[in-house]
Amino acid sequence: MKREGWGTCLVWGCFILLPFIAQAMGSMYIVTLATRIAILAMVALSLDLLVGWSGLVSFGHAAYFGLGGYVVAISSFHEQDGTTLFGFAGSHEALIVWPLAILVSAIFASVIGVLSLRTRGVYFIMITLAFAQMLYYFFVALKIYGGDDGLALPARNVIAGYKITDARLYYFLCLGLLACVWWGLGRVVHARFGYVLRGAKISERRMKALGFDVNLYHLTAFVISGALAGLGGALWVNLDRFVAPDMLSWTRSGNFLVMIILGGSGTLLGPVVGAALYIILETKLAALSDYWQIVFGPLVIAVALFLPRGLWAYVRERLS
Amino acid sequence: MILVVEQILNGAQFGLTLFLLAAGLTLIFGIMGVVHLAHGSLYMLGAYAGAMVMTMTSSFLLAILAALSFSFILGLAIEYLMMRRLCARDHLVHVLATFGLVLFFNGLVAFGVGRAPVFMNGPQELNGFVLIMQDLPYPLYRLVVMGVGLVVALLLWWMMAHTRLGMLIRAGSLQREMVAALGVNIDQLFLIVFALGALLAGLAGVMIGPIRSVQIGMGEQVLILTFVVIVVGGIGSIRGAFIGALLVGMSDTLGRAFAPSLLKLWLSHSQADAMGSALSSILVYVVMAIVLIVRPRGLCPIEE
Amino acid sequence: MRFKTLLMAGAALAAFSAPSFAEVKIGFITTLSTPGGYLGEDARDGFLLAVEEEGGKLGGVPVKVLVEDDQLKPANGKQIAEKWLESEKVKLFTGVIFSNVALAVAPTILEAGGIYVSPNAGPSQYAGKGCDKNYYVTSWQNDTLHESAGALANKLGYKRMVLLAPNYPAGKDALTGFKRMFRGEVVEEMYTNLDQTDFAAEIARVRAAKPDAVFQFHPGGQGIAFLKQWAQSGLKDQIPMVVASPSLEQKIVASVGDAALGIKGTSHWNGDLDNETNKAFVKAFVSKYHREPTVYASQGYDDAKLIGAGLKGAGETLDNEAFRKAMLKADVKLTRGSFAFNNNQHPIEDWYEIGAVKDADGKVSLHSFGKVLEHQADAYASACELK
Repeated sequence: MKREGWGTCLVWGCFILLPFIAQAMGSMYIVTLATRIAILAMVALSLDLLVGWSGLVSFGHAAYFGLGGYVVAISSFHEQDGTTLFGFAGSHEALIVWPLAILVSAIFASVIGVLSLRTRGVYFIMITLAFAQMLYYFFVALKIYGGDDGLALPARNVIAGYKITDARLYYFLCLGLLACVWWGLGRVVHARFGYVLRGAKISERRMKALGFDVNLYHLTAFVISGALAGLGGALWVNLDRFVAPDMLSWTRSGNFLVMIILGGSGTLLGPVVGAALYIILETKLAALSDYWQIVFGPLVIAVALFLPRGLWAYVRERLS
Repeated sequence: MILVVEQILNGAQFGLTLFLLAAGLTLIFGIMGVVHLAHGSLYMLGAYAGAMVMTMTSSFLLAILAALSFSFILGLAIEYLMMRRLCARDHLVHVLATFGLVLFFNGLVAFGVGRAPVFMNGPQELNGFVLIMQDLPYPLYRLVVMGVGLVVALLLWWMMAHTRLGMLIRAGSLQREMVAALGVNIDQLFLIVFALGALLAGLAGVMIGPIRSVQIGMGEQVLILTFVVIVVGGIGSIRGAFIGALLVGMSDTLGRAFAPSLLKLWLSHSQADAMGSALSSILVYVVMAIVLIVRPRGLCPIEE
Repeated sequence: MRFKTLLMAGAALAAFSAPSFAEVKIGFITTLSTPGGYLGEDARDGFLLAVEEEGGKLGGVPVKVLVEDDQLKPANGKQIAEKWLESEKVKLFTGVIFSNVALAVAPTILEAGGIYVSPNAGPSQYAGKGCDKNYYVTSWQNDTLHESAGALANKLGYKRMVLLAPNYPAGKDALTGFKRMFRGEVVEEMYTNLDQTDFAAEIARVRAAKPDAVFQFHPGGQGIAFLKQWAQSGLKDQIPMVVASPSLEQKIVASVGDAALGIKGTSHWNGDLDNETNKAFVKAFVSKYHREPTVYASQGYDDAKLIGAGLKGAGETLDNEAFRKAMLKADVKLTRGSFAFNNNQHPIEDWYEIGAVKDADGKVSLHSFGKVLEHQADAYASACELK
């Protein structure tokens, strides 16, 4: 246990020290990269609640990520444009728009969850994928908001009127939110809620026999996970000041799954480490060669074959 | 009227091509229980093999043979080296490993052949058209593709119903341990099934080559529809794959053909076309969602 | 643990990449993957050929060209631009092929005070009111490319036509531009998807509409697929087709062979244009890359030459005003022959009729057949407030 704490401290230490190291090296781009990692880590964590802890492999998580992003973008668009959408005049204020993004994602997650949780196994994978695809094509069709070409945001959301233009400040904001999500999920999975999910993952029948409404627990997990992904989407779009339908693409859903598996599902820091690894590898390898996939592909296969419980689990084991 | 007939034929052709892919994938999925994302890559590699041989020899027959043998051997290799070790693991690991395979093959083709789409000519003899109705010349080649799909469907049905291999496949997808306990070499069975699936994917690829362009990423585009087909049809069922493929092919083609025209009554051309094609894509997934909600195991599930 | 090591490695790499020479970095963001990938490859190769010919310089100034793939995704292009602006301190950008990517990349660069020179995409958004003194286009304005096809359609006497293009900014510009020149009736307008490769449904609709002729704009792999399917459908010999150069360029012709015969097109450049610069360019390109240059390669080359003219005036410090003054003079010989910048910093150039011809040895190649438009400016220049 003590040794494990070291690992956690190391990871968070790296995250916190990063902007200062970047400044010393004179490259702010690393901060942008790290912000991306932090946001994707949040989404991966949220997905892991379903995949690792509940055993529900959702292949449509990008839908909630994209929904959150689009809520932010559309709000900005209408604020700029002056037109209203169902009576909503749009807003640049994060304190209004970000909770809205979370709410919208949560609503979609509850509807999709109710329908999808009627199935299990590979059928669940496919139906979550189907719903994500529907939303993807829906946004592609919406030419008013850019359609396939995407929509640019004139500026980042303001927070209580305050503009965050400094990259490092935004990074710490995202990192802070990641930390909250990490801590919050930690409390959840180590509470009764988490134990029921874990029990249902092993044997749903047994938990039902014990009197638990497993479906309700699953649905709750589905909604929480979708809502958090929506927050991630809102942060992502604020970082890039750009939204496009490929935030909802199935390949992006696949990427989130890969991050979880790379890092280690069913652990709290696994998805975070997985997200970092994925982004770093993708960036560095792409810079080395146009044909980086020839190396990245087998790397991913190797992890699947030899480190199936993920890198972080492997590292933890070695530490203890 | 001509338009409707032509679009129905297009839908059938697309459906039958999807069937070639779905048949292999449903077997692999059904009997091996592996989520196989790299099936699209085998389709792509079959197309590339066929295209290159066609360019070199101008013989379509050789191109098909090349594609079939290349896909078959590749299927054997992948199963033996990788899939074997994955069978016991959970779906998530399959997703990761086959995802890695997709990346690898994409990178390999980009490196070896280049990123530009590759040209593939169909056979000269089949370049003409057939007069289906008055004023409707339909490309002969597309009819041939449909024919091949139907022939494969019949062959597969015959194989499943009347050969020992078919019987083993059906038994193996229901009761794997039992079949193994009865002394059947399950490893060998899996090897054959996987290679057969790869062969069918390669066949689909080489047949489609002359119609569309052969390019990196062609596999991913069609893979997701293939998954929809087998889920709608019922995993492990060839009959389900056939029905599902036609259903998906038709709804996609007819949707794309007629939705924009319908929408043009209300919207501008650019908006109507964008929405029309998006609607037809959404339609396919709506169909799948409805089927899963009403019949969670697909339209023609393997009976337990 | 591993994270930290990777971080250290990353730091070391970054430290080593700090520039030590006074060279101008040029950010070349282009599409290298997807069926549209060879457009970017050709533009890049043409560009790099020009740099190599001058021994690593353009206009006498040493340059370092950074190349990266935007994968035809506007978001990626934007991210690459931001990355280079921040970490590599790049100020001069070029390379984007597709208009949807350009519309995401250009604002990012211009807002940061950088210079963007477009070797291909010429969206109308930047040609009129939106023109910018740091934004240049060296290829053509999107509409004009298709106005030339419209002019050709008039010349050939077509009265009722069906139009097709993919549903993205350049596709819309294409149909707008064609309709601006074309004096006949547009029977039907169809928008396809940018990632679509099976056009059976659309071709069926063309058949049902029975037009005099068809105009289609599908670049890259889409163009190849469309022509093949068009030939296979039997309509090729029944309904004539008029296109602009992206739908009838060298690579498409080489890929579809006989399916390109009889199709009429327009272009601002062809391999057989009779001027010294072009002849030398084609020879050098073929000998270096072992393939015929497409129109995109010529655009990459001309783009580099024009940037060179700008750099000659601006020097290594890359002062925007000095660059602009030298650039707009365009005092350099290009492969396409006659060229000048309009007030909106888009080209004024000639357009030729082109067509695929089968040589005696059975090879199908593109030939030019005289001018369709001369010294043609784009339709938006008057709305631009720049002088």
